[in-house]
Amino acid sequence: MLTDYATIGLFMLLAVLFPLAALGLAWAVRPKPQDTPGKLTPYECGVDTIGPTWIRFKVNYFLYALVFLAFSIETIFLYPWAVKFNSLGLFAFVEMLIFITILVVGLWYAWKEGALEWY
Amino acid sequence: MENVELLFLNIAKFIFNWLQSIGLSPLWADFVMLVIKFACIAGIVTVNILILIWLERKVSGFIQQRLGPNRLGPFGIFQTVADAIKLLTKEDIIPSRTDKFIFRTAPIFFIIISLMLYIVIPFGDGMQIVDLNIGVFYFLSVGSLATIAILMAGWGSNNKWSLLGAMRSVAQMITYEIPLAFSLLGIIMIAGSLRMSDIIAAQSNVWFILLQPIAFITYFIAATAELNRGPFDMPEAEQELTAGAYTEYTGMRWALFFLAEYTNLFAVSAIAATMFFGGWQGPFLPSWLWLPIKAYLIMMIFFWIKWTFPRIRMDHLMSFSWKVLIPISLANIILTGCGIHLFRWMGWW
Repeated sequence: MLTDYATIGLFMLLAVLFPLAALGLAWAVRPKPQDTPGKLTPYECGVDTIGPTWIRFKVNYFLYALVFLAFSIETIFLYPWAVKFNSLGLFAFVEMLIFITILVVGLWYAWKEGALEWY
Repeated sequence: MENVELLFLNIAKFIFNWLQSIGLSPLWADFVMLVIKFACIAGIVTVNILILIWLERKVSGFIQQRLGPNRLGPFGIFQTVADAIKLLTKEDIIPSRTDKFIFRTAPIFFIIISLMLYIVIPFGDGMQIVDLNIGVFYFLSVGSLATIAILMAGWGSNNKWSLLGAMRSVAQMITYEIPLAFSLLGIIMIAGSLRMSDIIAAQSNVWFILLQPIAFITYFIAATAELNRGPFDMPEAEQELTAGAYTEYTGMRWALFFLAEYTNLFAVSAIAATMFFGGWQGPFLPSWLWLPIKAYLIMMIFFWIKWTFPRIRMDHLMSFSWKVLIPISLANIILTGCGIHLFRWMGWW
């Protein structure tokens, strides 16, 4: 018998075949005309592209990612707690309330400091 | 009735026994069964997208008082088949300044992720590829990988539209992932398990939509944003970013992105049906019909919302999640906890 995770791993290997089969089929039937330089330029509404694309980006995205990180770690803490909620009793619930409160304070701070503003 | 209910399970058992009778060890028989199951999933995904795109175009047509596709076949049902053939025969353009490896792998990566979601979907009673003990968590963590695929597509394209679309998409998806994860927590607290079959079993008396209505609304909004669907389709706002991260893609590579989006749509709706609407449970019809029926009804709501509301501005979109959805979903967790303790204290549960 395959274990759960072995099944998932094998399924992933099989899943790789699906897009490869689709692309292979498309490769077999599609026309392959000669490439011209004009065709291979980036699409920018017919205008020649100006300046590099891979530049430093807005800092907003980074701030969001930081706040997201804090909350996704909280998610990892909350899930096992939620599974065992029924057997843990009132003490664990109060403890988790305190934990959530700390995070809400963090969210409030990020809000106050303007990390959640998009400009 | 019994036979109809167990139709697929009996076929699977028959094939498994036959494989063992021709001399395969149980391990290899299991492997061959997995290949067959994968082929079924691939078939479901392919047929599903053909139906879904036709349905979406038809529904949007009716919402806008048009007829929608109506030329190919009765009610235009072969329209998407013709579209698929057309996409198959399109030439494959890889622009000269792209990061070629990332550009080529992004659609493959995206579709693999969306196929991986189907492992934990319970299509019927006992019809699940793996009934994983952390099913819900697996769904959330694998689903969040789609962010990387879109970022790969946007970055690899070396196109300003693509990069802007991808960046917006990443910001939006990570933001809405938090309310998505939080909204399912209340259900897990009541069901006491992350296993899909346990969650369905916990709904044999009352569906969780009645116990967790706030969670369903936050889940639904967050899922719409996760799927980059309207009214949250800022990342590929076609009037301003051409096609967002997918601008440079042509032919089959573009089709793979499209396929993955609709694959994700079905997966998210099926999970919503499992978590909130009792999964495959239902009267009269066999269980493997109930889940698609429920999932399609949920998808109809997705279509309805997409074609009713205008697109939301980016800053409104982001602040809505941080300042409204996350506090609401956190409050819902606390409310659920208080509710469970109150019920237990009163001795009702």
